[in-house]
Amino acid sequence: MKVLVPVKRVIDYNVKVRVKSDGSGVDLANVKMSMNPFDEISVEEAVRLKEKGKATEVIAVSIGPQQASETIRTALAMGADRGILVKVDGDVEPLAVAKILKAICDAEQPGLVILGKQAIDDDSNQTGQMLAALLGWPQGTFAHKLDIGEGQMNVEREIDGGLQTVEVKLPAIVTTDLRLNEPRYASLPNIMKAKKKPIDEKAPGDYGVDTAPRLKVLKVTEPAKRQAGVKVKDVAELLDKLKNEAGVI
Amino acid sequence: MASLVIAEHDNKTLKDSTAKTVAAAAQVSTPVHVLVAGADCAGVAEQAAKLAGVEKVLVAEGYNKMLAEPMEALIVGLSGGYDAILAPATTNGKNYLPRVAAKLDVPQISEILKVVSADTFERPIYAGNAIQTVQAPAGKKVITVRVTAFKPVDSSGSAAIENAPAAADPGISKFVGEELSKSERPELTSAKIVISGGRGMQSGDNFHMLEKIADKLHAAVGASRAAVDAGFVPNDYQVGQTGKVVAPELYIAVGISGAIQHLAGMKDSKVIAAINKDEEAPIFQVADYGLVADLFKAVPEMEEELTKLGY
Ligand SMILES: Cc1cc2nc3c(=O)[nH]c(=O)nc-3n(C[C@H](O)[C@H](O)[C@H](O)COP(=O)(O)OP(=O)(O)OC[C@H]3O[C@@H](n4cnc5c(N)ncnc54)[C@H](O)[C@@H]3O)c2cc1C
Ligand SMILES: Nc1ncnc2c1ncn2[C@@H]1O[C@H](COP(=O)(O)O)[C@@H](O)[C@H]1O
Repeated sequence: MKVLVPVKRVIDYNVKVRVKSDGSGVDLANVKMSMNPFDEISVEEAVRLKEKGKATEVIAVSIGPQQASETIRTALAMGADRGILVKVDGDVEPLAVAKILKAICDAEQPGLVILGKQAIDDDSNQTGQMLAALLGWPQGTFAHKLDIGEGQMNVEREIDGGLQTVEVKLPAIVTTDLRLNEPRYASLPNIMKAKKKPIDEKAPGDYGVDTAPRLKVLKVTEPAKRQAGVKVKDVAELLDKLKNEAGVI
Repeated sequence: MASLVIAEHDNKTLKDSTAKTVAAAAQVSTPVHVLVAGADCAGVAEQAAKLAGVEKVLVAEGYNKMLAEPMEALIVGLSGGYDAILAPATTNGKNYLPRVAAKLDVPQISEILKVVSADTFERPIYAGNAIQTVQAPAGKKVITVRVTAFKPVDSSGSAAIENAPAAADPGISKFVGEELSKSERPELTSAKIVISGGRGMQSGDNFHMLEKIADKLHAAVGASRAAVDAGFVPNDYQVGQTGKVVAPELYIAVGISGAIQHLAGMKDSKVIAAINKDEEAPIFQVADYGLVADLFKAVPEMEEELTKLGY
């Protein structure tokens, strides 16, 4: 079974983003970029499936600018076998990403696609579910644990009330949540090896997908800022303020 | 035309998030219809029928856990009569609604904070560090709603209740089981007061200290990712960018540093109090009241003081 892992190049999660003063977006110039943290979890899960003999090949796909090939290299260094870079400059909306991924699935016929539950830049939480719908496949979103059987898979999911297990037929889509695993760091020898692994370069047109955004971003602004308040000296003062000043207890 | 709101419920009780989503829907397109999909959920439909501004409630039986695949088929089947379809941005709504958008070949607008006009919305990006104003193209709008940003409609309505036309279950998924956190306390996302613990709590046992305070204040208990990852508390306690978003009257952060991903889930609380032994902790930059103290001293003291004050 082939496993496809879409990986997105995003602003590093440690960076404090700055909104551009002209309201056109956030400032990404000279900002550290990394693999979306949830996608690291996806790569880790796919590589573990290969190590357990459940997967035969792990393919990392990224849709983005030329530099997204570095994100693919990171996946290759973690243990993915080959990469596909679909080169697009500018933002690509989840629906267009899902359409490109669908075309890749049609060509590669994976048994499983593992995506992150959410990209930490657009915070959309859509792409995996959209891909599942386009393919007519079932999904196990917000995965906490996977248990792959013959032709089916149990996915334990992180839901608002706790944990839920669903059984889905394969092929299927999984989106990863934080507790699925702890991604490994690539070792130096594996980073070296990854340099020789192949990355195919494609364009959205190769898949017949138009990536022009459908949503028009009118502006991007900073949220209302909270002011730091006061320091209180002890618990008694804290409770007094909460009760008599703020009136919240 | 009209908008369709997908109800959030547990087959017995209609969740508050539905009333908030109806409030958002009424600003997008009226009349508002509500779909209650569940199992033996007639009682929920009656509650939904009381929501102010709702014209009609559609009931679909046979959707016990609202699995994404049959929900997609059901909602897509109903979509012809609506120009907007909205669901609360709960783990349910996030699970099924993008499938509907993809099937209708429209973008989904996730977690709207505000309806600017019928086709223009505000939504958070980058963990809420930026707010995007987006305009949807002509055609159907598929939207999830950040419910903390909307006030619920009241229960003064009386809508008609009808059965929804049946849709075939694609039969590719099934519910196996669940492990739900049991608690007598209010739900995290609707509680008036939330007290959350972080890595500083050191163990799950120590969370009992917070629970005692929660019981006195009728508060819910939440946590940071670090506390969940360490196994102190279950995953559904996580507050933040990738957990739950809360906006209570009072949020008390105990032993939480205040990483941006945590702030994303609580910085719209009315009042924030923080207890942390590190006076440089970033949580103090958003806290209205900060107490620099060892939580193992401050929290038990807080319980005692509350008792003295008659809580
Ligand atoms: C993709 C991604 C998603 C994430 N999503 C979320 C999310 O949704 N929610 C979330 O919370 N985090 C999230 N995080 C994690 C986030 O970046 C932080 O790592 C996390 O919030 C830290 O939790 P913490 O504040 O409990 O721990 P720490 O940062 O370790 O802070 C512990 C604090 O406790 C204080 N402390 C220790 N002992 C005591 C004591 N005895 N008395 C008083 N104070 C004490 C310390 O001074 C410190 O400030 C995410 C990270 C990533 C990469
Ligand atoms: N441009 C992209 N390239 C590769 N994968 C992507 C891209 N955009 C989204 N994804 C995948 O979809 C997941 C969810 O993203 P989103 O729906 O944007 O929150 C991410 O974690 C990735 O796995």
